Amino acid sequence: MHKDNQALIFELTREGRIGYSLPELDVPELDLSSLLPKGIVREEVAELPEVSELDIMRHYTALSNRNHGIDSGFYPLGSCTMKYNPKINESVARYPGFANIHPLQDESTVQGALEVMYDLQEHLVEITGMDEVTLQPAAGAHGEWTALMMIRAFHEANGDFNRTKVLVPDSAHGTNPASATVAGFDTVTVKSGEDGLVDLEDLKKHVGEDTAALMLTNPNTLGLFEEEILEMAAIVHGAGGKLYYDGANLNAVMSKARPGDMGFDAVHLNLHKTFTGPHGGGGPGSGPVGVKKDLIPFLPKPVLVKKEDVYTFEYDLPQSIGRVKPFYGNFGIYLRAYTYIRSMGPDGLKAVTEYAVLNANYMMRRLEPYFDLPYNRHCKHEFVLSGRRQKKLGVRTLDMAKRLLDFGYHPPTIYFPLNVEEGMMIEPTETESKETLDAFCDALIQIAQEVEENPEIVQNAPHTTVINRLDETKAARQPVLRYIKG
Amino acid sequence: MQHRYIPMTETDRDEMMKTIGVASIDELFADIPEKVRFKGEYNIKKAKSETSLTKELSKLASKNADARTYASFLGAGVYDHYKPIIVDHVISRSEFYTAYTPYQPEISQGELQAIFEFQTMICELTGMDLANSSMYDGGTALAEAGTLAAGHTRRKKLIVSETVNPESRDVVLSYASGQYIEVVTVPQKDGVTDMAMLEELMDEDTAAVLVQYPNFFGQIEDIRKIGEIAHAKGGLFVVSSNPLALGILTPPGKLGADITVGDAQPFGIPEAFGGPHCGYFAVTKKLMRKVPGRLVGETTDDEGRRGYVLTLQAREQHIRRDKATSNICSNQALNALAASVAMTALGKIGAQEIAYQNIVKTRYAKDAFEKAGFEVKFNGSHFNEIVVDCKRSVKEVNTKLFTKGIIGGYDLGLTYPEFTNHALIAVTEQRTKEEIDALVQEMEALHA
Repeated sequence: MHKDNQALIFELTREGRIGYSLPELDVPELDLSSLLPKGIVREEVAELPEVSELDIMRHYTALSNRNHGIDSGFYPLGSCTMKYNPKINESVARYPGFANIHPLQDESTVQGALEVMYDLQEHLVEITGMDEVTLQPAAGAHGEWTALMMIRAFHEANGDFNRTKVLVPDSAHGTNPASATVAGFDTVTVKSGEDGLVDLEDLKKHVGEDTAALMLTNPNTLGLFEEEILEMAAIVHGAGGKLYYDGANLNAVMSKARPGDMGFDAVHLNLHKTFTGPHGGGGPGSGPVGVKKDLIPFLPKPVLVKKEDVYTFEYDLPQSIGRVKPFYGNFGIYLRAYTYIRSMGPDGLKAVTEYAVLNANYMMRRLEPYFDLPYNRHCKHEFVLSGRRQKKLGVRTLDMAKRLLDFGYHPPTIYFPLNVEEGMMIEPTETESKETLDAFCDALIQIAQEVEENPEIVQNAPHTTVINRLDETKAARQPVLRYIKG
Repeated sequence: MQHRYIPMTETDRDEMMKTIGVASIDELFADIPEKVRFKGEYNIKKAKSETSLTKELSKLASKNADARTYASFLGAGVYDHYKPIIVDHVISRSEFYTAYTPYQPEISQGELQAIFEFQTMICELTGMDLANSSMYDGGTALAEAGTLAAGHTRRKKLIVSETVNPESRDVVLSYASGQYIEVVTVPQKDGVTDMAMLEELMDEDTAAVLVQYPNFFGQIEDIRKIGEIAHAKGGLFVVSSNPLALGILTPPGKLGADITVGDAQPFGIPEAFGGPHCGYFAVTKKLMRKVPGRLVGETTDDEGRRGYVLTLQAREQHIRRDKATSNICSNQALNALAASVAMTALGKIGAQEIAYQNIVKTRYAKDAFEKAGFEVKFNGSHFNEIVVDCKRSVKEVNTKLFTKGIIGGYDLGLTYPEFTNHALIAVTEQRTKEEIDALVQEMEALHA
């Protein structure tokens, strides 16, 4: 084994070591064989680690040192809104009255939790301009699916069973078509025009009696606002379809434009993006869905209602799409989002969007001389550069992304959206200082110069990380997905 | 305005606007058509300082009855278990919790290795060949197991046992309807799946049989036989399992399961009013390329150093787009980490001991109830839940218990009308003998 390998927890195991302190057993001990019939008790013990508490802490501390988070450094990952995760959120989520309550307790014993949920829903209704919000979906993709199921139920309730198609622009997040598929729809791709915006003519070509909905991100993944949104809404609504808003990019338009006012019928929000639920290394997230009036009857069960200052869940909803998740969504995450919204207030949320957009435009203009900028106009919260100039010199966007690691940065989202060659999608967020933005731009400019003068240093990057580029082909061809004692 | 989360000063702003070539920030929003432009500010509550907001929210939190103040006998899928204190210290390291999905392996080795270890521990407990990095929760994991089975077998029917958690069954129903899959429920008999009915219902159009182990009533069913019935007609066998019980119980992988799913909440994850918890998803090798969600695999770099990457991504939504069979992307990574730390702390010995404590404490409670004259339903083996006939409304019983500092069991009549006046009582290792005795005494007093 290589001397620089980081030990697995299983390799630290020594027989007989323990890391737990279980409650004292204060009832009579019984022989298992008297309690369980033969064949039910496992013959082979599960080989879990045997380590002391300090072993555990050192192990995970070592792992954390091999991980980059927002608190470690700048993280301009486009469409992911990697902004500061406030610490007050973490404290609030750990209050025993929030963390240690059971979802099936009598409603009278959890009124505080229900009040938070209700108030958050009201806040999100105002922020999105929708009529009602459900907090149940566990993540953005889950929210997309939930809303599409509601749209399907709406059409079917109208006796309209032929709306089998969901339109998705070619610049959309990959989850959009996937969600449409698992909600039972076929996906039709709508082309973007030269300007990076949805091509209205192409949209008209595809809209018809079989259109269930159009899914749209606004601003889109290029960071551009779809200026003809009202025309699009008229086209889709005119054909009897619904308009769906992917809220992944809401950080760009808070207090500037609301999905509900743009003609959208349903919207999901990624509370772990715009509203600072931490990403946790890939979740848990929270993906509430807001809807307009005619979709309300189809909301998932249960729906929270307030009757004379008492909060209660309603289950008797004959047209509901049913349950999308056990219980009431990721309470611990939307509680953090609620705390954030209450920390910001209306003027704070407005400033969030203004600075998110200012920061993105500033970086775009600083970097413009050194990279191709396919869509040269004011962006919103993010922008997309193309590395095709550098590619001609034999250096790919992937190489430049890896080189950024040597400067201590997490690279931007790369090769996305699909309609930009060698794309590099940069989203700085509002929580970064000008010094950080400048330092990152300086690094990227230096890399652009290296591409011209010393391309190998970029092609072979990273040079300073704990590990070099890994052999992903090997990982996929000979999958090793678990540790086996060797 | 100046806010602690927004560092820009007026000087910064002016310099930046100059670089961009605009005279005001509003110019950057000029592309938003007048007709849809939102004017003014949101009509929401004004910002609060850290001090007054924490004061307000802790007051709201204290309106809730929590399991630290009350002795809780509620289970039904979510449990109050021992949470090693170290768990919260590990997941509070912000290199973990403020990271995104590990798309850049060179600076995400910590998260990737932690997931790889999680996958291994789930395999060890379930006896399956491989496990993914997590799902939203046990309910959606079960639902995705059903849709996977339908896709794999190209069949459009699922059989779900009535002894599966009713909330999970509801989720299965919603997911299945999304893909036009029929769901048939096989009834319970004496607290376990009715085998005769199952044999009758099982046919060659059935993609899978879905059961729970231990089941919703706390009973440990003879699932091996159920698997045989499913396989005899070419269907898959899906088991939803409480992983904590698998410290002692024979793992589903040894009993014929093709897919084992469940929720790792019992391992170090707070109840948190129902979420976030942590679904897991484990399969046999033949289903490796059908697994939803993220998988971490081991590989090496050019110098031979061991490292970890997200792998087999051709399965996933961001590559397959509309050809994807699942749309999951964000999952429950941080909670998978929490579960890993708890499984590590318990370890090989503690995982057996905690499961044992649940069994004997539940047995103690069962005996105590019977001694006090209550009927405890079903003759099979129990894990950590029993069904007690309260002979009166469970709501009424629980209201009384609450005044004595006890959160009573789950009102089974809500989801099983035939068990009106029956409570599903969970006894974990956290409940002391004293608390169990008090529960029985208070219920007995009501009875008298």
